[in-house]
Amino acid sequence: MADRYDIAVIGAGPAGANAALAGARYGKSTVLLDEQAQPGGQVWRAKDGSILSAPKTPDSEAGDALRVAVSQAQVKHVGDARVWQIERQKTGWDIHVFRDRQVETVSARALILATGAREFVQPIPGWTIPGVIGLAGATALFKQNLSLPGKRTVVAGTGPLVFFVASEIRRLGGEVGAVVTPNTRRDWMAALPAMLSRPDLLLRGARWIADLMLNRIPIHWGSAVTRVEGSTIVEGVRVQRLNRDWSPREGAQRIAADSLCLGNGLIPAIEAPQLAGLSISHHAALGGWVPEQGEDGATSIEGLFLCGDGAGIRGAAAAEIHGRLAGMKAAEFLGANTGMRRETLRPGYTRAARFGTAMTALSIPRPGLAELTTRETIVCRCESLSQAQIAKEIGSGATSTNAVKSGLRAGMGPCGGQYCQAVVARMIAAAQERDEADTPPPTPRPPLRPMPVAAMAGDFEYGDLPIPKPAPL
Amino acid sequence: MIRLVPDQSAQIERAEEVLFTFDGEPVRGHAGESLAASLIRSGRLHLRDAPEDGAARGAFCLMGLCQECVVELDGERIEACHAVLRAGMAVMSLKRGQRG
Repeated sequence: MADRYDIAVIGAGPAGANAALAGARYGKSTVLLDEQAQPGGQVWRAKDGSILSAPKTPDSEAGDALRVAVSQAQVKHVGDARVWQIERQKTGWDIHVFRDRQVETVSARALILATGAREFVQPIPGWTIPGVIGLAGATALFKQNLSLPGKRTVVAGTGPLVFFVASEIRRLGGEVGAVVTPNTRRDWMAALPAMLSRPDLLLRGARWIADLMLNRIPIHWGSAVTRVEGSTIVEGVRVQRLNRDWSPREGAQRIAADSLCLGNGLIPAIEAPQLAGLSISHHAALGGWVPEQGEDGATSIEGLFLCGDGAGIRGAAAAEIHGRLAGMKAAEFLGANTGMRRETLRPGYTRAARFGTAMTALSIPRPGLAELTTRETIVCRCESLSQAQIAKEIGSGATSTNAVKSGLRAGMGPCGGQYCQAVVARMIAAAQERDEADTPPPTPRPPLRPMPVAAMAGDFEYGDLPIPKPAPL
Repeated sequence: MIRLVPDQSAQIERAEEVLFTFDGEPVRGHAGESLAASLIRSGRLHLRDAPEDGAARGAFCLMGLCQECVVELDGERIEACHAVLRAGMAVMSLKRGQRG
C-alpha cells in the first residue's frame, strides 16, 4: 500500500467510490481508503458476514452494484483503514493511515475527500441511557446486521430519516411505538415542490408514511421526545408538543418503549478537509459548517477536491453524481480532458441536490430546540459534562468552542467532540447574542480518529531523537 | 390492516449461532455479525459505565465515532460495533464492577 498513486480518495460511500471509479476510468491510478471493510458508506453499508441471504432493498442493490463496480475497476480499495492525519507535500499529499494495528503512509498527486456526514443529536435528559441510539446508528444496524434496536422502539427526530427508520423496524419484524417529529405536515408540504425533482425518492418516502398511517402507528407531528425514562435500560419516553420555534409546550404524554432512535439531521464531517487546509463557512441550508469549495468539487488548494455530504448535506443521490464530477475534475487536474462529460452530468446533479437540500432544510434547528437540553442534561458524553457546567464555563469567559474545550475538556474525549461541539457552539452563540456563523467549531487536531499512541509513535529509538543543545544561561 | 412495508424477518437467513461470553455469562450470536448487534439482540445494552459519573452507557452511533460501545477483548479495548463475532470470544464490559 506504500505506493504512490495519481489519486487518493478518502471515504468509500456513494461520493467517494464514484469519484474513485471516475478517476480510474481516465486511466489514473487510484486508491480508495475507507473505515469500513467494504465500499458503500453509511447509506449503502454492506451486510455483515452472518447474513447468508436476505430480501433486497433499494439501498442494498445500489450498494451491491457499487461494490461490484469497484472490484472490477482499476481501483485499489483499502478497507478497515482509518485516516488519522493528512499532510500536503510539495508534489501532492501524504495520507497517514492506521490499519491492522499499524500506521502506513499513502502518497498521491491529487486528493479527493468524501468523508460524508455524522448525525446531530440535540441532547435530552436520559439520552445517554443504553437503548438510546442515533437514527443514523439505527440504519447501520438495519443495513449491516439486519437487526433491531429493541422490541418496541420509539423513533424521534427531524427529516425523512425517522420514517425510513420506522419502516425498517417494521420490515425487520420489530414494533414501532410511535414516530415523533418536530416537523409538521405543513413543513413537509413546503418541501413537496422540491421533492418533485426526484419523484422516485418522493414515492419511496410516501410509502413509509402511508404504511405507518394505515397500520395506526401514532405519528406525533410537531412534537419531540423530551425525556427518556430509565437508568440502565429504557423504560419509556415523554413526548411534548412543540411551538413553531420548536420550544416545548406544557403537557406531556408518556409512551412505553425499550429503545429510542433519536436524531436531528446530518452535519458534514469537515475535520479531514480542515486538516488538509481548507477554510470553512456556515451554511445552515447545507447542514452547518462546510469547507470552501468551487464547481465540481474543486477547492482553492491545488490538487484537493471534495464531494458528497462532507461538502454539504445534499443526500446520497446527489453524492453519487457529485463524486463522479469530483473524480473527473481530479482527472482533469492530472491532464485528462473531462469538461464535456462533466457538463452532461450537471443537470442530474442539480435535480438530486434540489431534493437533498429540501430534506436538509427539514432539519435546520430552530432556536427553541436548544430548550430540550435541560440544565442537568449531559451534553458532552465522553466527559459526562452537563449543560449547566458548560453554561457556567461560557459565563466565566469561555466564548469560543476552543476555550470551552481547553477549559472543560468538552470535545477532548475519545469521540473528538463529534457529538457535543455543535451544541456547545450554539450555547456560546446564544449566550453571546451572536450568530452561529460567528462561532466556529474547535480547531481539529490529529489523530482524526482514536488510535493507540504506540502505533502513532511507530518504531523509533530514543537515541535517534534529535535533542537540541540546551540554551546557554 | 394493509401492510405496505411487509415483515421480511422470516426471509433472512443467518449463519449458525455460536457461543461467546460477556462478563463471563454465555451469550449466543451469529458468527460474522458485529459484536454490538449480538449484544443488543441478547438484550445486553449496558456495555460500560462512564468514567466520570459512572452512569450506564451502551452503543450509540454504531459507526465507530462515539466510542460508547468500547468493551475489552483479550486485554485490548475494541469498539463492539466494529468487532466481528467469533465463537468463544470472552468479552468484558467496562462496567465499574468488572474492572480489575
